[in-house]
Formats: sequence, structure tokens, C-alpha cells
Amino acid sequence: MAEVALHQVVKKYGEVEAVRAIDLDIPDNEFVVLVGPSGCGKSTTLRMIAGLEEVTSGNISIGGEVVNDLPPKDRDIAMVFQNYALYPHMTAFENMSFGLKLRKLPKAEIRQRVEQAARILDITELLDRRPKALSGGQRQRVAMGRAIVRNPKVFLFDEPLSNLDAKLRVQMRTEIKRVHQKVKTTTVYVTHDQVEAMTLADRVVVMNHGRIEQIGTPQELYHHPRTRFVAGFIGSPAMNFIPCRLEQNGAGMRARISDAIAFPVPAANEGRYRPVVGKDLVLGLRPEHITEPRHNGRDDGRDFTATLDVVEPMGMETMVFFTIKGTEICGRVEPSSAADAGAPMRLYANIDHMHLIDPASGAVI
Amino acid sequence: MSSTTMAMPAATGMRRHASLRRDRRWALITSYVFLIIFAIFFLIPPYYMVVTALKSDAEVAHMATNPWIIANGITLDQFKILFTQTDFLIFFKNTAIVTTCVVVITMVVSVLAAFSLGRMRFWGSSILATGIFLTYLVPDTLLFLPLFQIVKAVGLLNSYWGMVLVYPTLTVPFCTWIMIGYFQSIPKELDEAALIDGAGHMQMLLKIFIPVALPGIIAATIFAFTVSWAAFVYPMAFLYSADQQVLTVGTVTSLIRADVYKWGMLMAGALVAAAPPLVIYAFLMDYYIAGLTAGATKG
Repeated sequence: MAEVALHQVVKKYGEVEAVRAIDLDIPDNEFVVLVGPSGCGKSTTLRMIAGLEEVTSGNISIGGEVVNDLPPKDRDIAMVFQNYALYPHMTAFENMSFGLKLRKLPKAEIRQRVEQAARILDITELLDRRPKALSGGQRQRVAMGRAIVRNPKVFLFDEPLSNLDAKLRVQMRTEIKRVHQKVKTTTVYVTHDQVEAMTLADRVVVMNHGRIEQIGTPQELYHHPRTRFVAGFIGSPAMNFIPCRLEQNGAGMRARISDAIAFPVPAANEGRYRPVVGKDLVLGLRPEHITEPRHNGRDDGRDFTATLDVVEPMGMETMVFFTIKGTEICGRVEPSSAADAGAPMRLYANIDHMHLIDPASGAVI
Repeated sequence: MSSTTMAMPAATGMRRHASLRRDRRWALITSYVFLIIFAIFFLIPPYYMVVTALKSDAEVAHMATNPWIIANGITLDQFKILFTQTDFLIFFKNTAIVTTCVVVITMVVSVLAAFSLGRMRFWGSSILATGIFLTYLVPDTLLFLPLFQIVKAVGLLNSYWGMVLVYPTLTVPFCTWIMIGYFQSIPKELDEAALIDGAGHMQMLLKIFIPVALPGIIAATIFAFTVSWAAFVYPMAFLYSADQQVLTVGTVTSLIRADVYKWGMLMAGALVAAAPPLVIYAFLMDYYIAGLTAGATKG
């Protein structure tokens, strides 16, 4: 087990800069998830840590040792790939023991380690099977087993659940978390699925265009995003971004989103927002903060009426979509209180959770 | 009312089923007819060979007998004379030595070449791969002229070891090309996983790539074997004494004297010569087909 540190790491492919001077410190035992859209540089970063890609500049260290020039086998890491990358001509046992055999471990120890990993992953009865005879989930377990038996300093996961169906993905997600709680090895996990990132990670690293947008715990990223990108990427359905103007309203402030609708800004935020009064900004509000009125008739200026365009019942909640001044907005309401599509509905904006975003820089104010 | 509406789709379904069965039957009949015509067309020469090889010289020479049947009883005389009174066994031994060496050389060279060209991307690797394939397109009827000078220069003219030198010019390019395709179809994560597991390039080749690419390797081996076993132009041009000769040229030159054709022995010789490739094809056919069609579909 070891800490992983990236210092000013750059990766260029010709003129294209895939990773732009990133800094990241991952303490021992931590589960870190790199998340971002396709082409954001997350997989390249992981592959540089693995030694499968060379670093253009900067340093990567594992356990305090700079590993830039070390081949993958000498970095003491184990990696789980999206397509499992199991050796098709070997049984599950042989797949898991291959790395140990190459390291010339005694046979008895190899057997003991493989059997122990198989017990953790509940694949003992599958050890004699070839990958062809295993289901997707079983293959992924064997691939994880191959990583576990090595007892490496760092686990690297490259979108390991992307090839599985939705149900199995949820199951395996829990499994990965359970395994990490047992073996407690430092883990770097890459995914484009923010739900996976939020559920698995001790800390999430959101990447975009080769840069780190924000590092934080899932809660921090959800409640205090620093940029519009992070605000929009974390959370499902995505945060609503509504053009607004910040107005002085007597002693307070309000965010006007249309001629008829202006929400009072919470007093706690006023100090922070004072320099941008009178400017055109973007109001960020998550769908879960646009609900049916939940205040027993006490209207504090947060209620508004909108005509619903689309209504999507999800069972325990209903998603409602409506448009204000050309911007589509999504809300999450109690199924029993939802109006029909085309009908007006009284809604409540829980403005305590608002974010104001500078449209030019994309920074959350 | 409801029973009528229920029955309608069922009847339509049955009709569609019946018509599908009829279509399938016709497709089968047509394919069997053509396959039988094809089989007869291609089996006539081997049949003729077998029949002639099992006849006595007298019966073969007798113009009045039917060439398609054995009228005067089966005899193995042609084989006996072929094995005891001609150089056939020397030709067979020479061919076996040449073919074994050529297959070994071809596989070592082309597997290593294909692995480096197909998996270890380096500057110019794709141009080199295309270049290797292009050399396969030069026919041996042209190549034997410059090769004659080379074989003579290295002192291997009229020696079957010269064939061990020149046959790979025919086999290596094609086998390398087959193997490049095969190696490229193996997902790159497999070598990355092996690298992380601690394998070097040679271990990766021996423990991962060769076992995974076995169908391709067997296909390439069969190809090298067939080319080398049946080569005619090079031995015709480079070998002239009987003790160095190989089957293809040796059988023909020693059993045809001017206008005297020893048909019985020629056919017996051809049959024995065709046996090894036949046996190999029979055992490895599935692998051969799997190898040649690799990469046709992904995954």
C-alpha cells in the first residue's frame, strides 16, 4: 500500500495536449475516482500511473518513489480493464496466478493467494473455467481477482463496469466497494459515470479538457461545485442553469429569471454576491430543489407557477419539465402533487441551495 | 368473435412457417446438387490416380481395357517397384527434410516479424508490413532468375539445402501477413495486462500471443507446408542430380523417359506424395479455416 502523487503531469500526443499540468495527491488507502466526459484525459492519467503511457513532463510517484521511467511491472500496481483483458486460453486460476508465476513465487503460496482472493470475490467454484465459459460479471470478478492476488501498492480500474448491464453494474459497484473495504489498497478508478464516482469514491477528481476542475468528497462536489462544469456534471438529472439578473431589493437581493419571477437571495449569500449586483449571471439550481410547495402556505417569494411541458413519472418521484424564457428547467416533485402536461403547476424553488455562476468564466461565485 | 381474431394470426404464422420450411428444403436440395457435381468433378482425378496405381503395367498399356475400372485384379506392384527400383524414397526424404526446415524457419521468422510489426508499433512498421506483403506478389517464375545467381554464389546449386534457403521467399511474406492480421485482432489490453503482470516481450509472445493466435499459426504452418511440399519451379531450376531431387520434380523426371510414361508408377508416386498434405489437412482443417477467416468479424 502506498500514496500516489502526480506533480505537474503533462501528456502530449504531437501538438495535442491530452493532460495539462495536473497535480494530485492520493493518500494511502484512499479510493479516488477520476471522472469526466470522453476525451477529458482521465484514462490517459490512469495509464500514465500504470506506466502504459509515457509522461511528457512532470513527475508521478508511488510510495514516495518517482516512477516516470519504471516499466509497469516494476511499479507494483495492478489494473482492471474495461474489457476484462483475461487471457482466453487460461482458466480463471491460471489467469489469476499468471503474474505470481512470472514473479516466481512458490506454488503453495500462489495457490493460497488465489484461493483467498477467490473466496473474497466468491468465485471459488469458477477457478477451473476458461473466460469463454464465464458471464460478464464473473469475468470482471476474475479480472479483479487477478489484481487482488498480486497484493499491489495501488489498484487501477479503467471503466471496469462499462461493459456490464445496468443491474449487474450496480451489483459489481457494491462488490468493488466491499473489496476495497476489505483489502484497503490505494485505488484509482476511472469512470465517465458520475453516479459510480459518487457512490464509490472517498474523493472524486472531476476532469475536463485535460485539466482537473475540482477535487473533493462526493458531498463537497455536490453541494459546493466550483465551476459550472462540475455543477452540471455531478448530480442526475443535471443542475438547471437559468439566465438571471441579480438585483438589489431594498436591503436584500433577488435573482430575476423573468419579468414575473424573481427569487429572494438567502441572506447568507449576500456578502459573496455583493460585487455582482446588477450583472447578468446564471442561476444554478438542482432539480431536487425545485419541488411542489412544502411550506404549509407560508409563501416567502420562492413560489412560482409554470406550465408543464413534459411529465415523467419515475415511481417514487415525478420529473416535471417546463420552460422559462426559452430555458428548459427540470423539477422533482411528489407524484401525487404533479399536474398533467400542458397544465400550470405551483412550484417552489429551494433557493437556499442556489449557485450563481459567472457566465464568462464559468466560475461559481 | 374473440376466438376468430385469436385464430387468424395463428393460421398466418403456420402458413409462414410452412413456406419457410419449403424455402429451406429447396435451398438444401440446390446446394446438395451443386455440391455433388462439384465433388464428382474434383474426385475424378484422384479416383483415376488410385485406379491406375493399382493396375499392372500390362493392363495400363492395353488399349482395349476400360481405363476407369480395374479389370485384371488389384496389384501393388507399382508401389513395390516405385519404392525399390527408383529414387522415389530419396525424393521423399529430401522433400521431408526441406519441408520441415522451411516450415520451422518460416514460422520462427514470420511469428517474430508479425509480432513486432503487428503489436510493437514503431516508425515505418505499417509500410514495412505492406512491403512484406508486396514481395509475395512477385511470382516464383520471375524470382528464380535472380535467385539462381544467389544460390550459385552461396554454393548451394544442386543441393536441396538451396531449397531451404529459397522456399522461405515464398512462404515468409504470406505467413507474416496472415500472422500480422491475427496478432492485430487480439485486443491491446491483453498485452497491457501481461505487461502489468510482469511479462517481458518474449514471455508475452510465448505465453500469451502464440497460444491465443494458435489457429492463425496453424493456418500459416499448413500454408508453408503446402507451398514447400508442392514447389516445382525452384527445384526444376536449381536441382539436377537424382540424390538431391525433391518429389515434385524427381517423380516426373525419373518416371518419364522421353516419350515413355510409366503411368502406373507416376500415379502411385503422386498418391504417396499427396498423402502427407492430405493427412495434415484432415486433422487441422478446422484450425485452418478459423485462421484464414480471423479478423473477418470483430470479437
